[in-house]
Amino acid sequence: MKRRRNSWVAMAAVMMLIVAACGGDGDATTTTASESAGGASAESFRIAIVAPSASNDLAFTQSIVDGVEAIRGERGNVQVAITDGTFNVDDAAAALRGYAEDGFDLVIAHGSQYGGSLQEIAPDFPDIAFAWGTAADTFGLSNVFAYEAASDEGGYVMGVMAAALSETDVVGVVGPIEVGDAKLYVDGFAAGVVAEEPATTVNINYTGSFSDVALASEAAQAHASASADVLTGTAQMVVGAVGVADELGMLWFGTQANQTSLAPEIVVASQVYRWEVILREILTNIDAGTLGGEAFVIDFDNGGLVIEYNDGYDLPADVRQKADDTIAGIIDGSITTG
Amino acid sequence: MSDFLTQTVLIATVASAIRLAVPLLLASLGETFGQRSGVLNLGVDGIMLLGAFGGYFTVLRTGNVWLGLLVGVLVGLVLGVASAVMAVTLQAEQGISGIGIFLFGLGLSDLLFQRLVGTPLPISSFPKLAVPGLSDIPVLGEMLFRHSVIVYIAFLGVPLSMFIINRTTFGMNIRAVGENPEAADSLGVSVTAVRYATVSIGGTLAGVAGAALAIDLGIFQQNLTNAAGFIAVALVYFGAWRPLGVMAGALLYGFVNALVLQFKTLGIIPRSWSDIAAMAPAIITILALVLVASRFRQPAALTKPFTRGA
Repeated sequence: MKRRRNSWVAMAAVMMLIVAACGGDGDATTTTASESAGGASAESFRIAIVAPSASNDLAFTQSIVDGVEAIRGERGNVQVAITDGTFNVDDAAAALRGYAEDGFDLVIAHGSQYGGSLQEIAPDFPDIAFAWGTAADTFGLSNVFAYEAASDEGGYVMGVMAAALSETDVVGVVGPIEVGDAKLYVDGFAAGVVAEEPATTVNINYTGSFSDVALASEAAQAHASASADVLTGTAQMVVGAVGVADELGMLWFGTQANQTSLAPEIVVASQVYRWEVILREILTNIDAGTLGGEAFVIDFDNGGLVIEYNDGYDLPADVRQKADDTIAGIIDGSITTG
Repeated sequence: MSDFLTQTVLIATVASAIRLAVPLLLASLGETFGQRSGVLNLGVDGIMLLGAFGGYFTVLRTGNVWLGLLVGVLVGLVLGVASAVMAVTLQAEQGISGIGIFLFGLGLSDLLFQRLVGTPLPISSFPKLAVPGLSDIPVLGEMLFRHSVIVYIAFLGVPLSMFIINRTTFGMNIRAVGENPEAADSLGVSVTAVRYATVSIGGTLAGVAGAALAIDLGIFQQNLTNAAGFIAVALVYFGAWRPLGVMAGALLYGFVNALVLQFKTLGIIPRSWSDIAAMAPAIITILALVLVASRFRQPAALTKPFTRGA
């Protein structure tokens, strides 16, 4: 009887692990492949992505997935494998090593937190090209590219528009943890607000979590109680804050991906990352036999950063003009975001 | 600090604390039933996640928040029964089987979300209810009586749980089974039936907690609960296995979170302290847990499987 009971427990445990492996933290792996543009004889270029949140998070992870998909559309003979949801760095490290062992041509570690793991893994696979972002450091390794977004540029433009649109002269920011891409965006946003309306107050709330949607929601409520009427935020947990902004009629500025679908009436604009701009350069390097050692940045100038406006929001023409002028000023160097 | 001491901000802080407490309260009330009967279920977070997805998906497809809540109930009930099968009938080690349930919920909720929905889409939230008469009380009315309907449902669960555990035959059996299952069995109480019932109640309330969270937020995302189910289990210890204590713990956790958020928003906590401040709710709860746990004794049969005649 005891042995039989243990068998049932073991079977239940195995079934749970199978289901857990199909989704959840660090295990959602999908592979997509396109038909070869050059016919069956053309060898596929294989790209793997390891990223912290869901592929369709309308934020950080989706931006790189969209970028690689764009490359796949352009080149045709590209296979893409994705391991998303790897908030756990150890899971990410295992996935990175696995893709390298499988001989992928480019393995992308899409998360600042993966740097330490990549620094250990990359030297074991000198013939595999890795890309790490958002970061500027290649660790001096010849098979690691680094990439980052000048998200302060888009943040600055959003800040200018937010200051121009705020009627209470108080705007709020919901951030995750004050590091990397998030810090760049938030600092740029605050600088843009002050540049446009020095008297406007920018309340910044880093919740301390990239994933706590409920906390982001309550952070937005806190901003509302402090009289903010325009909000922005970065990272995947902001979906909670957007919901509050929508409920309370506050305006929202998005970043990393187009967030209009979350609240079509109050999203003014989104800064969108087009990683394909630098992925093209990385792939050109790999095709030429260079597997790393260079850092890339997407910005307004190279077209890697774009502001996508919500057609459903009636943005006053003068505010739109301010945004366009600011973008032009950032590109020609007459405006600095810091 | 003067920015904080305004009526608007104080009201918002308390209201925020109550909202943050609701999913924790629902899940920990349910877990209280299980633990009082001697069964620890660490799978609460996984059940919450599946309840959250079930509720979210139902509202997304039907637009009916009550139907969404009902699906949360059903999902929780099914997983509660499954938990009971493992912990009571199969007598699996309760900590390990709970982790299994958690991983199952985490994985399946994400898998279903990716396959059936994909990109996060907003849904309707619970209607707000201003309690007639009480909501007009200055300050207190706005703090306490202008919330989503689910808030009142959750807090009504406290006296109801107290009544069931302390004033009914079923509650007496729960306590007896949790303290001395052999003695309860000798008096004709079915330990298995009682534990099945309590673990099922726990699962049901965890499912409701998840659905309440998703529907109140109006969104679903991978790992939406962010380990709230584990905090709920800790709050049962904090609350010394009593519904009132559990409520106090949930409110304390919610209040410290809300306070930290307000302080950060208003710049009272410097940005350089932001990450440390984010840990305050967990630290304060752990300290309180240590203080409380040393004064109260846990149910004597907690985590101990029962075999008749063994």
